[in-house]
Amino acid sequence: MNTGKLYVSVSAEFDRDGNMRPSVIHLDDGRDVKIKRIKNVTRAASLRAGGQGTRYICSIGKQDIFLFYEEPRWFIEIRS
Amino acid sequence: MKTILHVDLNNFYASVECMYDPSIRGLPVAVCGDIELRHGIVLAKNYIAKAAGVKTGYTIADAKRACPGLVCVLPHMDRYMRFSAMAKGIYSDYTDKIESFGIDECWLDMGGTDKGVQTADEIRKRIRKELGVTASVGVSYNKIFAKMGSDYKKPDATTEITEENYKDLLWRLPLSDMMFVGRATEKKLRLYGMETIGDLASADPRLLERLLGKNGLLLHRFANGRDNSEVSALNEEPEIKSIGNSTTSPRDIITDDDVRVTFMALCESVAARLRRHKMKCYTVAIDERNTELFAFTRQKHLVSPVCTADEIFAAAMELHRFNRRPGEKLRSLGVRASSLCREEGLQLTFYDDEKKQKKEAAERAADEINSRFGRKSVVHGTTMIDRELSSFLPSDDRTVSPDRFEAYL
Repeated sequence: MNTGKLYVSVSAEFDRDGNMRPSVIHLDDGRDVKIKRIKNVTRAASLRAGGQGTRYICSIGKQDIFLFYEEPRWFIEIRS
Repeated sequence: MKTILHVDLNNFYASVECMYDPSIRGLPVAVCGDIELRHGIVLAKNYIAKAAGVKTGYTIADAKRACPGLVCVLPHMDRYMRFSAMAKGIYSDYTDKIESFGIDECWLDMGGTDKGVQTADEIRKRIRKELGVTASVGVSYNKIFAKMGSDYKKPDATTEITEENYKDLLWRLPLSDMMFVGRATEKKLRLYGMETIGDLASADPRLLERLLGKNGLLLHRFANGRDNSEVSALNEEPEIKSIGNSTTSPRDIITDDDVRVTFMALCESVAARLRRHKMKCYTVAIDERNTELFAFTRQKHLVSPVCTADEIFAAAMELHRFNRRPGEKLRSLGVRASSLCREEGLQLTFYDDEKKQKKEAAERAADEINSRFGRKSVVHGTTMIDRELSSFLPSDDRTVSPDRFEAYL
C-alpha cells in the first residue's frame, strides 16, 4: 500500500561540531538527488507519510522535499 | 496564586498508532494485546471505536461484536515511551516542575504566571506539530481542577478552571467525572441522593467521612477546589513502596515445574530490581489467576529482609503450595516484594549466615554479567526447564495497562 512514505538512502556530512547535514538522497531507481539547500530543520510529525522525526525541508531545484530522519532510518514524503 | 497545567495526550496509544499508519486514520481503531500470547484484550481505543461502544478491557471478540469494522493493532510500547519522553521534553521548555501521571499525563507547575492558557495553547500546538498527536490541557490553580479541566473537553482543547467558574463548569458534572470516584464510591454516594460533583461538594463532610472514611473528607476538599498538593520536580522519583512483576503465560500453568519455572523467572526480575534500587524486602506476595479468571493474593512476612531470587522464590513457592488447589490450571502468576527497606545500614541478624551472603554475592555478580552481556546471560537453572514459560522479560515488559482512570472504576 502506498502510504506516502518512501525510505531512502542518504549521504550526510558532519561538521566539526558533529552536526549532521544530509547532502544527497539516493533513490532506489539509481537516481541521486543532490540537496542544494536546507531551508529548515525541526522536529515534526509527518501525518502524510505516517512517521515522526527530525524534518529537513530540502531544496532540490525548483521544488522542496520533506526529508525525515526517523532514527535510524530516513524517509521522504511522497507528495503526489 | 499558582498556575498548574495538566496535559493529557488524547487516546495516547491509539493516536500514536494512527499517526504511524495513515491507512487506519478515520477508522475505529483499538490497540490490543497479542491474542496468541493470550493477552487479547483492548488496551486503548480511538474516539471512533469508543463511540461504537468499544471499551478498554473488552476481549477482542467482544470489541469486534460491538464494532464490526474495528481495526485491532498490536501495542508498540517503545514508541509510546519515546513519544512520552518527547512530550516531556516539550514541557521542560516551560518549567522544570513536571510530575508524570502515567505515560500520557503530566502536571506542570507554571509558578505564578497569568499566561497559563496561552502556554497551554502553545504546548498543544507543538504536540500536534512535532508529535502528530493531540493533547487536551486543563489550566487551574490546583492539581485536581487542572486534571478535571483536561478531561472537560477533548480532544485538542484547553479548559481553564478558575475560582470564579469552577462551580458552573464542574459542579454540574456527574460524580463519575470526579477524580478518585470509582463505581463503588459512586454507588454509596448515590444512596444518599448525591448525583453530581456539586452534591458532593455541598454534602456534610461528617457524612462523607462516615461513608468513606478519610477519603470522604479528601473528596469533599477536592470537590471544593481545596487541594494544596505540590507538583513534584522533573525526575523526582516517587518513593517506591513495592516492586512486582507478573505475567500471563503463553500456555496454561499446570504442573509444579510450570509454576517453579514461571515463579523463578519473575523472582529473578523482582530481585534484580530490588538490588538495582539498593533495597530489600520483608514481605513477599504472590498473585495467581486461574483459567476461570478467579484470582487470589497471599503474602508472607519474612524474619529478615531479602533481595535474592532464591529467597523470594522460596517464599513464593511456600505460599503457592499452601494455597494450591489440586488440578487447578493457572493463567497468570505474579510476585511482589513489599515492606521495603534500604539495604545500607541494615543490622545483620543471626539468620544472615555465610551461605546467605554467598548467594547474595552470586546474584549481584550475575547482575553485573547481565548488564554487560545482555539480559538473561546468567539465569537460574530452574528457568531453563521450560524456556517457553520463562522467555518473557519481566522487568522490561512494561505493563500496557488500560487507561488508568478507567482502572479506578
